[in-house]
Amino acid sequence: MLQQAFNGLVGGAFYALLALGLAVIFGMLGVVNLSHGAFYMLGAFGAFIALDSFGLNFWLSLVLVPPLLGLAGVVLERLFVRRLTPLDPLYNFLFTFGLALILQDLVKRQYGVNSQQYPRPSQLDGTVDLGLFTYPAYQVFVLGVSALTCLAVWLVLTRSRVGMIVRAATERPELTRALGIDVGRWVTPVFGFGIALAAFAGVLAAPMRAVNPLMGSDLIITVFAVVVIGGLGSVFGSVAAGFAVGLVSALGNLYIPSLSQTLVFILMAAVLLWRPAGLFGREEAFR
Amino acid sequence: MILSRLARSGGRSGPLLLAIGLVAALALPWMIYPPVALDIACWALFAAAVDLLLGFTGLLSFGHAAFWGGSAYCTGLIALHSGLPFPVAIVGGAAFAALLAVPIGYLSVRLTGIYFAMVTLAFAQMVYFIANQWRDVTGGENGLQGIPRELFGVDLSEPFYFYYAGLPFVLAGLFAAWRIVRSPFGRVLVSIRDNPARTRALGYPVDRYKLLAFVLSAGLSGLAGGLFAIGHGFASLEGVYWTTSGQAVMMVILGGIGTLWGGTIGAALVVQLQDYLATAGFQETGIVTGLIFIVIVLLFRRGIWGTARHLLDVRGRAASSGDTAPEPKEAVDTPA
Repeated sequence: MLQQAFNGLVGGAFYALLALGLAVIFGMLGVVNLSHGAFYMLGAFGAFIALDSFGLNFWLSLVLVPPLLGLAGVVLERLFVRRLTPLDPLYNFLFTFGLALILQDLVKRQYGVNSQQYPRPSQLDGTVDLGLFTYPAYQVFVLGVSALTCLAVWLVLTRSRVGMIVRAATERPELTRALGIDVGRWVTPVFGFGIALAAFAGVLAAPMRAVNPLMGSDLIITVFAVVVIGGLGSVFGSVAAGFAVGLVSALGNLYIPSLSQTLVFILMAAVLLWRPAGLFGREEAFR
Repeated sequence: MILSRLARSGGRSGPLLLAIGLVAALALPWMIYPPVALDIACWALFAAAVDLLLGFTGLLSFGHAAFWGGSAYCTGLIALHSGLPFPVAIVGGAAFAALLAVPIGYLSVRLTGIYFAMVTLAFAQMVYFIANQWRDVTGGENGLQGIPRELFGVDLSEPFYFYYAGLPFVLAGLFAAWRIVRSPFGRVLVSIRDNPARTRALGYPVDRYKLLAFVLSAGLSGLAGGLFAIGHGFASLEGVYWTTSGQAVMMVILGGIGTLWGGTIGAALVVQLQDYLATAGFQETGIVTGLIFIVIVLLFRRGIWGTARHLLDVRGRAASSGDTAPEPKEAVDTPA
């Protein structure tokens, strides 16, 4: 039971990291990034390729792959996303959908649909005694790192000048601009940062999940449900809902296994009935 | 606005275009491989159903695969287990899709714009997971196979003949979509698309109108999906997968949002292209469809039919000025 809850939290860590990236991108640009899952997949493949072709170990991948993909995100924003942001947000939604299809099938063409194996880093191969039960060290590491990352992003957003600008630009872009802050300057870095977060989650996932071209596409839709539950446009809500949904679906899996995949969507339906703006969303955010 | 223009151009060229369309629909299996012709017809109806929401109500549903694929399963189950003639199975599938759309629509229409797209996508994924897990009924990864294709003892397994057996359903569905768009109900939908607040202020229950549009659109999608299942003799997980929803949306945009018939052109092009790629042995069609998606979204947002109408419009405006082009989704905000 406790162990299952812990499993849920580890699963929730991935939801939280992905939902966090989605939320900051959405907040800053008003773009719902459908290719977020594809970048998560690319993060995992990036780690795989780095090991396979260049012999770079997990730790180097964890440091190198996210910034590289973040850079790709920056280029993407500069070249394409930027042209569509002034239009209806649906166009960027569709653009990133097309992009996800391309990325997914490019990887599929190169590596096939079968899962690749990625070894755990040797330092984290064993188990940790957590008092009540022993648990694989790598999973403990994933949970810790993601919680720390979410906390760090939260601190940057609430305590630093950059975070203040980003939050202001998220909530009242016109007013922020009127106060003399160049909002446009922060759009591209924030987009790249969101992508880098997805890639970071992907590298973290490589040693414990099946690395295949479709690993991101199913996950990202679940993360959409998480974002809707947490509150549209709420950074805190996305992270909290990420961990909570992971926990609830793991416990649900324990008692009603047949619902394991659908439970999150049932939760979403319940939240929509009760609070259409999500648990932590503001009413005005959606209408 | 869009309707008055449709009516105006309809008075001139409508009957001619209708005649051309009918002849093309009847001649299609002579010109191309008959199973592909049936695919085009099914996808054309599916695209029209999606456009009913996107172009005329302003709601982008990214979850219509649930209705297309859900109806495919339901149609297949009826045809497999009851022995009823296939039209009954298809109508049953469409009714199931409409029924499924009631709860999904009820929850989704509370949101607008991009949130609506996200939520419909999530609900469709839920249907996908259910179909994947409920193996006893849906066959899981294998899908439903060997769906019979006969009508009162007449064997219609020859795709050429089945095309003509299925075409009336598509034409009826397209006619229904056209009637919906041109009815007073359809005019309310357009006004909801253009200005929901004002429509609400005029006393229309906006959410209820949206829900009804959603259910009607789902029913038409179900009609198309059911026919597709009978035509292929199987119903599979791919039908309820999110890429299916995306493909329908792509056809609509390629043809032109808010044109209703544009989707038919989009369907014809996309289905033929995929058939061509499949015969050429190219597996990763996502690379090509994704590229098309990106190009039309970046450069060709009016679509084929929309561009043609725009060009005609520009020419026509020299004679009679006024009446701006309908671009419901363009130029909303200043650049960030």
